[in-house]
This record gives sequence, C-alpha cells and structure tokens, in this order.
Amino acid sequence: MKPNQSALGPLMNEGLPPEDRDLFSNARPVLYEPYPVEVVEKFVNWVRANSLWLLAFGTGCGAVEINPLMTARYDAYRMGVQTRPTPRQASVFLIGGYASVKTLKRIIRSYEQMQGPKFVVCLGICPINGGMYWDSYNTVNQFDLYLPVDLYITGCMPRPEVLMAGVLELKKKIMEGRADGANRYVENFDWYKANQKRVIKNWNMPDYNW
Amino acid sequence: MATPTALLDELGKRYTLSEIHIQRDDLLFLKVTKPQAVRFLKDLRDDAGYTHLTFMTNIDYIEDGRFTLTYMLHNYDTHHEIGVHVDLDRDNAEMDSIHNLWAQGRTYQCELREMYGIRFPGSPGLDDDFCLEGWDQIPPMRKEFDIVAFSEERFGNRPGRGSTDPREHMGTVMYPEHRDGTEH
Amino acid sequence: MFEPAAPVDLSSGKYLKLWQGPQHPGITGNMSLELTTCGDEVVACKTHVGYLHRGFEKLMERRTFIQNFTIVCRIAVPEPTFNEYLYAAVVEELSGIKAPERAEWIRTFNLELMRLGSYLMWLGGVGAAFGQSTIYQWTVTHRDYILDLFEEMTGARVYHMYIVPGGVRGRLPEGFEDRARKVLDGVERLLMDVEKILFNNVVFKTRTKGLGVITKDMVDPYGITGPNQRAAGFARDVRRDSPYLMYDEVEWDVITGTASDTYERAWVRLQEMHQGIRIMRQVLDRMPTGGPFQTPLPNVLHWEVPKGETYIKAECTRGEYGYYLVTDGSQYVRRVHVRGPSYTHAIALMEKMAVGTNIADIAGLMVSLHTYPPEIER
Repeated sequence: MKPNQSALGPLMNEGLPPEDRDLFSNARPVLYEPYPVEVVEKFVNWVRANSLWLLAFGTGCGAVEINPLMTARYDAYRMGVQTRPTPRQASVFLIGGYASVKTLKRIIRSYEQMQGPKFVVCLGICPINGGMYWDSYNTVNQFDLYLPVDLYITGCMPRPEVLMAGVLELKKKIMEGRADGANRYVENFDWYKANQKRVIKNWNMPDYNW
Repeated sequence: MATPTALLDELGKRYTLSEIHIQRDDLLFLKVTKPQAVRFLKDLRDDAGYTHLTFMTNIDYIEDGRFTLTYMLHNYDTHHEIGVHVDLDRDNAEMDSIHNLWAQGRTYQCELREMYGIRFPGSPGLDDDFCLEGWDQIPPMRKEFDIVAFSEERFGNRPGRGSTDPREHMGTVMYPEHRDGTEH
Repeated sequence: MFEPAAPVDLSSGKYLKLWQGPQHPGITGNMSLELTTCGDEVVACKTHVGYLHRGFEKLMERRTFIQNFTIVCRIAVPEPTFNEYLYAAVVEELSGIKAPERAEWIRTFNLELMRLGSYLMWLGGVGAAFGQSTIYQWTVTHRDYILDLFEEMTGARVYHMYIVPGGVRGRLPEGFEDRARKVLDGVERLLMDVEKILFNNVVFKTRTKGLGVITKDMVDPYGITGPNQRAAGFARDVRRDSPYLMYDEVEWDVITGTASDTYERAWVRLQEMHQGIRIMRQVLDRMPTGGPFQTPLPNVLHWEVPKGETYIKAECTRGEYGYYLVTDGSQYVRRVHVRGPSYTHAIALMEKMAVGTNIADIAGLMVSLHTYPPEIER
C-alpha cells in the first residue's frame, strides 16, 4: 500500500540555516503515474529506453572504463547512449564503483536534480557489498540503502562489453516497465533520507534538491 | 657536494642526531629532537642542497605512546635522500609548522591534523576539511581506531557476505591435512 | 612559501564563487576547484580533494603482506602497475628478496606500457579540454589496444595485480612480442598524426602558449616533479638519476623543455611517449625468453617481514611516485605512505597557477598538470 505523499507534510530542511530555508522548496518528490492507456505507456517506455543519457560524473574507479565505452572501439552511441555533463539533462546515473561519504553527498544531490525518468546503474562490486573496501571507514557498503538502484553491473572492474550488456539489460527493464527506482525513492523517501543522514553527518543542504 | 657522512659529521656538531640508520647508499634515516627539527630541515634545504620535500608523514607507535613524524628530503645534485624523524608526544601532539619552507607543507600538515590529530600552530587552513567531511570520531589513522567495528556500525554489512581469515580458513577448511606442515 | 590570498568581499557583488567539480566535465577525475572569479578572471582558487578517499594506508595496516598486493593497484586507477611495482620493491628490499632478471625485464616493459597507455589517455584529455574530441576518440581507442596487451599478459584490463613481491605472476604468452610491436607501431603512427593535427593547430597553440607558466624558482619549493618539472628545463628523471629495474641497460633520452607553459608540457609528454616506445622496443629485443620469473616467497600466510623502513621511488607518468614502508617484524605493515606526484601539483601548485587565468582555461590548465585525484587522497 502506497503511503499518501501529501499527507506527510512538507520537508523541514533542518540542515539549512534558518535564513536560507525560504530559498529552497520544501515540497516532497511526487510519484510517477503511468499513462492510463497501456499502449501509450509502452510506447513511451520504448522511447525512454532508446535515448539513455548518462550523467558524466566519475564517482569512482569504474569511470575509467567509460572512456573506452564511449569512444570509437565500443561506441555506445549506437545504442542511443550519450554522456551529458549536467544532471538536468541526464537520465541514467552511472555510479562508478565505491562511494565515499563525501561523494555520496554529491551523488544524492545530483540524483535529486535529475529529472524523471531516471535510473541508477551501479558498476563494480563495491556498491553491492563494499567489495575490497568493506572495512574502510569512508566508503559505504550497501549503496541501495541510500539511493534506489535499478541495475548492478558487477566485476572489478567491469569490462566495456559488460557495460554494454548492462545497457541492453537496462533497456529491457525500461521497456518492460520494471525500472521503477525513482518511484521506490518517492515511496520510501523518509527511509532513504534517514539512511542518508545516518552516514552524512554535515547535512547542510535541503532535504530534496530540485 | 659533501658526502652524506661528511654532512652528518658537520651537522652533528650543531644538532643532536640519533638513530642514524643507513638503509641504502642513497637513503639514510636519522632522528632529531623536536625543538631543533624545523631549523635542521631549513639547514638541510638551504645549505646542504636537500631542496625537495618528497613527503611528510607520521608513524604511530601506540605501544610507546609516541608519534614519529617523518620528513623525506631529496638532494637533486647527489640524488641522495634523508628521512628525518621527529618524536612527538602521542597524547598532546604538536609540532612546528613548515609551511614557510615548502608550499605543500601546508597540505601535509592539514592531512596529518585530520588523520592523526597533530596540531601545527600557525599552519594556514589547518582546520579545513581535507579528505573527510563531517567526521565525528577520533582521527581515523590513529592505531586505536577500529575501522572494522566502525564500518560495521556506520555502514553495516550486507547479510550473506562472509569474510574469513585465510590462515584459519586454509588450515581448518581447505587443507586440514596439511595443517601441521604449513605452520611455522 | 605560503602566500595568503588577498581577502575578497563576496557581498560586494563584484565577485562570484564558482565551483568547478566534482560533477563537472572539465575536471580531471573526482575532485573540485572552488574558484572565486571577478568577471571571467579567477582571483582565488582552492582545491578540494577527498571524494575518492578510501583510507588505503589504514586498510593496508590490517592486511597481511600478500593481501596488500591485491589492493595497492587500486590506489591510482589509470596507472596501477606503478603501485604494484613499488609495493613489491619495498617489500623485497626489507625482506631481502631479489627478483630474477627476467622478471625485472618484464616489469620494465609493463611499466613503460602503462606509461604509454596513461599518456594516451591524457592526450585525449588535452584534446577534449581544448575542444578537439577527435584526438580523444583516437587516443582512447589506441589505449584500448594497449589494454588488450595487458589483458593478454596479465588477464585483466585495468587492475592487473601482475607484479608480485618476488617477481611477476606469469611469463609472457607465445607470440606476444610480435603483437606488442604491432601495437607500438600503431601508436607511433598515431602520435605523428596527433602532432600534425593538435600541436600545429592554431587554436591549440593560441590557447596554450603562455598559459600556466611554472617558473624555475617554483619547482623546488612546490615539490614539482616529472614532466611538469622537465618542461621547466630541469633534466631530472628518477629513471636516469637513480636507475631502477633495467633503465640503465637501455638507451633513451631525458626530454626537457624551456618555455614551461601548457604547450611545452604537452610537447614534452609527446616526446616522452616516443622515448617510451623506444625503450619498449629495446626491452622486447633483449628480454630473456627463458629462466625463472619468480623467486619463491616464504609461506605467505605467515610472512613476517623484518623490522625496518625504506623508501623507494619510481618515475611514473606524472612524476615521482614513491612508497614509504615501515615494518616492525610482525605479519602486518606498521605504516605505509604513498607519495603521489599529484599531491602537490593539484593542490599547492594549482591553487597558485589558477590565479590570473580565466574560467575557460582552468580545464586546460588542470589537464596540463596531469593530476589524478585518487593518488592524492588514497
């Protein structure tokens, strides 16, 4: 049963200094409602799956294999993938491996600035269970506690071929309407926020940035 | 250019040098006292040609209750390196700043303040965040900081993930029949 | 050495605080520059690092010596083998192990190949920073052929974990030398093309000449090493000055420049790529094809390295890369410190050089210093 979002009240933005709170919105994110006609929704999903724009934010070591992926040899452009430098234009957030706490803060901010439909793909083993850095004091061990993940591409480091297979898999999921990470984020917003604030100790940004 | 031994003889007249240890032909380590250290580094830089600060770091000897700062200096003419050790009191670690001698000294000192809690009075930007942000524990590189417990408590482990000590695991699970043979 | 920046009154409306990074295409890796600008002129710059901090030095203190060898390559992502070699070298020196000669030759080849691959990626970055994405497409593709060689040699494209204490993990595969030569020929042709299209390009020349000059008296106080230093006219190279591996057996030249601006640094690196190819060809000619490639290690599960400390350095793509290891006779490291050349290039030097340039040049300046954030914060 989905909680009624409007009944939960506005966000408090308690991390901000009081004089700054008016500068930011206190609205909660809203759920995506599919088109009432099924065939329209299917068509829209097909369109979404075929223009995946990656946010070019190399958050970890996995970013090093994005270069070959996007250049002449593997050329992901032919699958409708291209990189965008700003979150406002991107629809796929590629988490390049481990997320340190400092980066996680920026990841959350970038993710919330992305406009829907948006999907999160995690590269490497580190976002799944910590990988090599499971005992590190500065990297998170389970990325899906902080943001909803639509697809994991495992390996250290995942090869460009695997990345391409991952892109194809993501397309399949989108076309079938199963890539619903953004909705899960909305539905469990308070749970995600509590997790995020548990590791990010200096939360000095609005609760939902958009 | 003076050879390292001649240099040490000359410097030994003015400074209290101890624990001189020649690791290689082009690398030696020595220890100076804390009040003399910055003057010693300056002399090495200005008079002896050790102009390049390779790095600066700290070693934690928790059992002796001391920190040992290490400054590594390089001489580009003789291609010789000197590691200068300085002992600090572990509980109240404070050291004179070298940000006026080398530009990157400020960064190293900022890092050591964050990672070990060593104070360098006068070093600009000393209390800025370097690697960590919003850190609320004891400085993480200190030996008493238990990263496994902290990581488990703060980040949690995914259920199902196991970790074994290879020595135990190989001896008891994988090759129990060789257990005696592999011990030494 | 430290020059405090002039105080800037942000509320006057004359200045603007602008963050370049971490989520920004014009930044090398995951770091950020906090720029204070007046118009489009940069009046102050502060580097923020730590976005990739994993606490390697702490992680290594609680892993055994053989476990460490698998994680050290992850310290500098595009250049893992320098970490592998240096870690192996410090452990070998303290435990009195000597790698066989064949392993030394293979290591030399491995390191030079990595240098070439890393330079190619950097060259693509230069092209991209100055609006020539063609160069980026070419060089990254050719780097991929180099990664193919690595894959053949080590089994992995990026993190090889190939150089172990005591030697290397395997011999070179059958026919590897011929395929390596073919790749090197290809890269050499590519470099000539790049020279024509990038280094003689009027846009590139106009934008880079005179940008970001490192004067001679800045080199030592700022701890500048590597090509950044050689472009300022110092013929200092760890491979020549304190030879390690087989660098004193092969013939090559130390490349120096004079103008010490962004163009000159790029030029020096281009010539060093040619020198690297020259070294690799000689190594391929002279590498022994038989003999052991590994010295037996003690039982690695109970490996105790004697008490001691040492520092070993190598010339990596960006400058002096070093490992400082302190052991106390136990099965664990007492302290390990990784000295990455970007540490001073990206922070102290960048903060000084950015002042007075304009916003559009920051990306190019950053690339010309060739910094990798992961080795700064480890």
